[in-house]
Amino acid sequence: MPKLEEKPKVLLEEFRVKNAPDDYGMADEKWSFKKFSKNFRIVIVRMDSSEMEFDLIGIQPAFSNAFRRLMLSEVPSMAIEKVMIKNNTSIIQDEVLAHRLGLIPLKADPRLFEYRPEDATEGTEFDTLEFSLKIKCTMNKSQPKDSFRTEDLYENHSVYSSAIKWQPIGNQASVHKEADIGPVHSDILISKMRPGHELDLHLVAVKGIGKDHAKFSPVATASYRLLPEITLTREVKGNEATLLQSCFSPGVIGLDTDGKAYVRNARYDSCSRNVYRYDAIKDAVILSRIRDHFIFNVESVGAMTPNIIFVEAVKILRDKCKSLLDELNSF
Amino acid sequence: MGEINKHPEWDTAKGLREPIKTLEDKWKLVPSFLQIKGLVKQHIDSFNYFINVEIKKIVQANEKVFCDSDPLFYIKYLNAYVGTPDLEEGFNVTKPTTPHECRLRDMTYSAPITVDIEYIRGNQRVIKNKQLIGRMPLMLRSSNCVLTNKSDFELSQLNECPHDPGGYFIIRGQEKVILIQEQLSRNRMIVDEFKGAIQCQVTSSTHEKKTRTNVIVKNGKYVLRHNALSDDIPIAIAFKAMGICSDQEIMQLVGTDDAIVKKMAPCIMDCHNLKIFTQNQALSHIGSKLKVKRFQTPNAKFRTPVDEARDLLATTILAHVTVENYNFYVKAIYLAIMVKRVIEAENSKAAIDDPDYYGNKRLELAGSLLALMFEDLFKRFNWELKSIADKIIPKVKAAPFDVVKHMRPDLIANGLFTAISSGNWTIKRFKMERHGVTQVLSRLSYISALGMMTRVNSQFEKTRKVSGPRSLQPSQWGMLCPSDTPEGEACGLVKNLALMTHITTECSEEPISRLACNAGVEDVKLLGGEEINHPAVYMVFLNGNILGVTRQYKKLIKIFRMFRRRGLISAFVSIYPNHNQRTVYICSDGGRLCRPYIIVEKGYPLVQQSHINELNRGIRKFQDFLSDGLIEYLDVNEENDSHIATIEAEIDPYVTTHLEVEPFTILGVCAGLVPYPHHNQSPRNTYQCAMGKQAMGTIGYNQKNRIDTLMYNLVYPQCPMVKTRTIELTNFDKLPAGQNATVAVMSYSGYDIEDALILNRASIDRGYGRCLVYKSAKTIMKRYSNQTSDRILGPSRDANTGKVIKAHEVLDTDGIAAPGEMVENRQVLINKQMPPATLNPISQGQPQQIDYKDVPVTYKGPVESYIEKVMVSSNSEDAFLIKILLRQTRVPEIGDKFSSRHGQKGVTGLIVQQEDMPFNDRGICPDMIMNPHGFPSRMTVGKTIELLAGKAGLMEGKFHYGTAFGGSKVRDVCGELEKHGYNYHGKDIFYSGLTGEPLEAYIYSGPVYYQKLKHMVQDKMHARARGPRAVLTRQPTEGRSRDGGLRLGEMERDCLIGYGASMLLMERLMLASDAFSADICGACGRLASRAWCHACRSSAAVSAVEMPYACKLLFQELAAMNIVPKLTLKKYC
Repeated sequence: MPKLEEKPKVLLEEFRVKNAPDDYGMADEKWSFKKFSKNFRIVIVRMDSSEMEFDLIGIQPAFSNAFRRLMLSEVPSMAIEKVMIKNNTSIIQDEVLAHRLGLIPLKADPRLFEYRPEDATEGTEFDTLEFSLKIKCTMNKSQPKDSFRTEDLYENHSVYSSAIKWQPIGNQASVHKEADIGPVHSDILISKMRPGHELDLHLVAVKGIGKDHAKFSPVATASYRLLPEITLTREVKGNEATLLQSCFSPGVIGLDTDGKAYVRNARYDSCSRNVYRYDAIKDAVILSRIRDHFIFNVESVGAMTPNIIFVEAVKILRDKCKSLLDELNSF
Repeated sequence: MGEINKHPEWDTAKGLREPIKTLEDKWKLVPSFLQIKGLVKQHIDSFNYFINVEIKKIVQANEKVFCDSDPLFYIKYLNAYVGTPDLEEGFNVTKPTTPHECRLRDMTYSAPITVDIEYIRGNQRVIKNKQLIGRMPLMLRSSNCVLTNKSDFELSQLNECPHDPGGYFIIRGQEKVILIQEQLSRNRMIVDEFKGAIQCQVTSSTHEKKTRTNVIVKNGKYVLRHNALSDDIPIAIAFKAMGICSDQEIMQLVGTDDAIVKKMAPCIMDCHNLKIFTQNQALSHIGSKLKVKRFQTPNAKFRTPVDEARDLLATTILAHVTVENYNFYVKAIYLAIMVKRVIEAENSKAAIDDPDYYGNKRLELAGSLLALMFEDLFKRFNWELKSIADKIIPKVKAAPFDVVKHMRPDLIANGLFTAISSGNWTIKRFKMERHGVTQVLSRLSYISALGMMTRVNSQFEKTRKVSGPRSLQPSQWGMLCPSDTPEGEACGLVKNLALMTHITTECSEEPISRLACNAGVEDVKLLGGEEINHPAVYMVFLNGNILGVTRQYKKLIKIFRMFRRRGLISAFVSIYPNHNQRTVYICSDGGRLCRPYIIVEKGYPLVQQSHINELNRGIRKFQDFLSDGLIEYLDVNEENDSHIATIEAEIDPYVTTHLEVEPFTILGVCAGLVPYPHHNQSPRNTYQCAMGKQAMGTIGYNQKNRIDTLMYNLVYPQCPMVKTRTIELTNFDKLPAGQNATVAVMSYSGYDIEDALILNRASIDRGYGRCLVYKSAKTIMKRYSNQTSDRILGPSRDANTGKVIKAHEVLDTDGIAAPGEMVENRQVLINKQMPPATLNPISQGQPQQIDYKDVPVTYKGPVESYIEKVMVSSNSEDAFLIKILLRQTRVPEIGDKFSSRHGQKGVTGLIVQQEDMPFNDRGICPDMIMNPHGFPSRMTVGKTIELLAGKAGLMEGKFHYGTAFGGSKVRDVCGELEKHGYNYHGKDIFYSGLTGEPLEAYIYSGPVYYQKLKHMVQDKMHARARGPRAVLTRQPTEGRSRDGGLRLGEMERDCLIGYGASMLLMERLMLASDAFSADICGACGRLASRAWCHACRSSAAVSAVEMPYACKLLFQELAAMNIVPKLTLKKYC
């Protein structure tokens, strides 16, 4: 078997994941930029404003993992960091309220802001967003008779993230549009209240990174998986073929007109390895995954589109490399 | 074994019968049962019986009080009532109260006890109604409690949680439970072997007396032994004293078998040797063996020993067998049976009773314990009235003596309050002294409170090394939880009730004995020994007393069971035969354990699917099943006379009499939380039972209104993904204590050895394991007799800057910390001041300068807290009561303890960033990593199934059930996983978060319900360099709370000695502890003071010696005891 054409693989055996016998591991390969740029490809499979699926092909796991890690923990985003509580008569505790508010995703492009200096006591218009949340629960005066539904009885009995109002500071009102700042979702429940309960809060959002606190992470999750590959070693027909088909995710195994099974598209197989449960067809397949084909899935929290998040992660890696090189060169 | 009903119509072989269909949703009988007999219903039932019935009986039994000085004077109690809960507000004004108000204001939730009395005032007979004689602490949700029969909305108006079980008391603001006490049943013969000799023991208990009578074998002869007698009485003499004078009659009563005759012959001989032939002779023999009474009442008339002996036989020996007109015949029969039992036990060891058999046990509940206490106090109350009357009536007075004015309700009220709050049950009448009867209700979690209500305490000593009472008795099946018992010294002695257990309350004997007589029981008084002992005759006992004999015991039992099923006699009356003893026992006494069973007749359960459907539609209740005779209660004894099938398939038409309602009900409340407990190694379930009580979560819907000294809450509690039926029945799903964590079973980093867990930083950031810790500070503003009182001052200001000093920063202007403020260590919460103790009463008019002393309430703790709320109120003494609730929000940190529901506890070993955690194909990062080494030795297969079922439940969007002996099948659960594209075995491909490459092993992962336990590092961390020392020894103090030192103990010392590190030893044991430079006189060797030896009157030879202060102290203490320790000093170098 010509080795060059062969893609690096890991075999999914019944009880363990095993590297292909003729694979010496990519770590041993001598890295050449020329070879890399020839082989490397990015294919965007699916993208919308909140989710993106794309393939990184021909790259070392160290790199793709670095991007994943950076997206999770080092790409910055804005989140509420400080809550000044002027009044909180609701049943929710101050700390818990502040924690909940912190986790609300904000749509504010973090690239337009700076990190707040560590010794700063006051925020400036360049590093801080300020919001206010002022709401009071009252009896609904115009309530219909005989109604016992909370929606009818009280006003403002549920505080949603839509109640958070942006308070521009300095020149912010002219720099940012009203629609660009604020919670991503307007229907996040913050607290439930009853008449007499009142919230009067001043919220301060700053730029931060996910390493510091998960609320600063710009992604709900960013992860990848390796491209599955299914090879049939023998002809599978009839009942066995349908059984085989049922062992994989829908659409992975196809049946041709003769009732013979063939691999239609292995990409979306969930790799459940349930074939190994059936001794009859166990030997008919080799399950493996391509080691340098990463299917990324990035789910943005809402502030930035996933493609930007990935580009930001790449930039951070670049900057890190630069600073390392600078350090080395200045040595 | 019960009766085997042969049904001739079934000629077909057993196997050919059509299989009985299993009843669908049969478990729904359990919630239906719990509705009427909830988990704490036994407490409430027993208390209700006490305040509504028994208290009247007690008052009636002690209805008349006479006095010695006036023969005409009397008080007669006509009736007694317990009212509704209220608070006294002084000047006889009362105000209705709620339990929550009592909790907050440190009051007692109690109701007045009033009586109607008739008494003599002067020469008149007066009737007074509703006279207050005391206060009765009320059990929550008892018949007189304000919470009974309230809707959830009304309960919320009363600040009460609708799921709170009740069944406890509130005494001075503290919630107290009277634990269920286990005892050997009274008035029953127990044959046991004591030091090799066989004895038959009866503990008789009546309202007046509690005595123990033994028949024992002594030198091959039978003797009667009793505490009131100084010597054992030969049995024949006892018979003769009871009027059975002829030897033949004695033998006929005991039995005329050759074996018995042979055994009895020496006893009969005894009489002849002692020349005792008549009743009088026998009585005078007993009279000579009486214990001398120490206190002879002076006006009691002198009585002959014969009279005394006769009285003793009538009232004290076998006190529960009543003797009328000194006709001892029934008592003689009873004694004869005792002798017979001993003889039978001698012949075969099988006749010896097992003292651990649960049918011989009775459980004492709050009601009966309080009844004992109340009767004692009521007697004392009457005795006090009598002595007051004795004293006052002879004195000539202007107004006639009115006894009502001398009735102090405090005696009974305080007696009951202190008994419950201290747990010391001292009843002099019965020489009873018990400690630890009550406990503070543990409000750590809802389950711990509920678990406490079902706890059964045993009277056995904890320190004794006995295995019998501790081990699980087969007769406890279904009544007591086999898993829920503490580890260690109380193991097996403290038990918990199972889910469907009910404890009976007493029901009247009279209708039962009447029914028995109608069913053919003949009175023994009319029969001779020969008839009684006839082999075809069965003796019938009712609550340990002889009722009569019958020749047709089968008919009798059948009639009784039929009457019970028809509801004509109480459902809790049990009847069962004992074929070896040829007796039938009927029980109607209180404290028996029982549980419901479906009746099986002719091989088919009487409960049909149609009945269950009616139950589902809500038109049939558990009570209907009972009154229709489909279900009946069996107590332990009757259970052992029945043949009970666990499932329908086990029904054998020839023998089965009953069918189990649901097998999972053999477990209790705490063990019921465990999913798939039948797959676990049994001790693991026991461990979980102990740990479930330490789990944080929700304690009740009113938790935010409570001000407890310590309360742990979870910020985001979750209902477990894998539920059990018990969880739903106990409302644990509404008041949960834990969170579902996605667990990956794999090794990570080495910080997971010894069961340590790895937590995901991002999960913690998002709120996993976050908890709220509430503590309260409290003070009372006392008023003193000298017209002074405590006071609170506003915050002090610094004289120079005018700013409030640091310690008072959180104080409001009223001197009490303001809500919302953050308090740090040593800051003042309440700036209280106290007047000096010795101060003369302030003379009026001239204000006096009082030097108040600061006694602030300060906050202590290394981590700051926030003030949640402040309560200012008054307590029962009308003094100001200030309570401050402090709050901390805690985030999980390294060292915090977590546990799954399978007795698998572990501390957090490492908290890992999300990007470093492994992730699977779908991008899921586990919240927690658990080391797989936790599984092989623990064998907690239930946990692995919980993980699978939880994971499948997530995919399906439903809860799976892990109910004991049932629940979702692994096969189905795995099928669901497969359906959703997961691996059938629950193992997924994971990628290393560090290298990004797939892990070589497939990782078993999914959600597991994890509990955060109350043990957190923050409460335990402690270190000290320098700090406080004890005054006497000058050694460092002990314990974290006193900022104490860390002890280098004996074993550590031994290590250092062994190693030879003498200088380190010197440093640790003396220099770092209590080094002291003592002056020693070299001449006399004694301690000198200030370089001057008093003995030698010189300072010439005095030199300073370094020694531990404790050593110097020892020398001085020895000297004080006339022992002179002397030191010999030498030049060292």
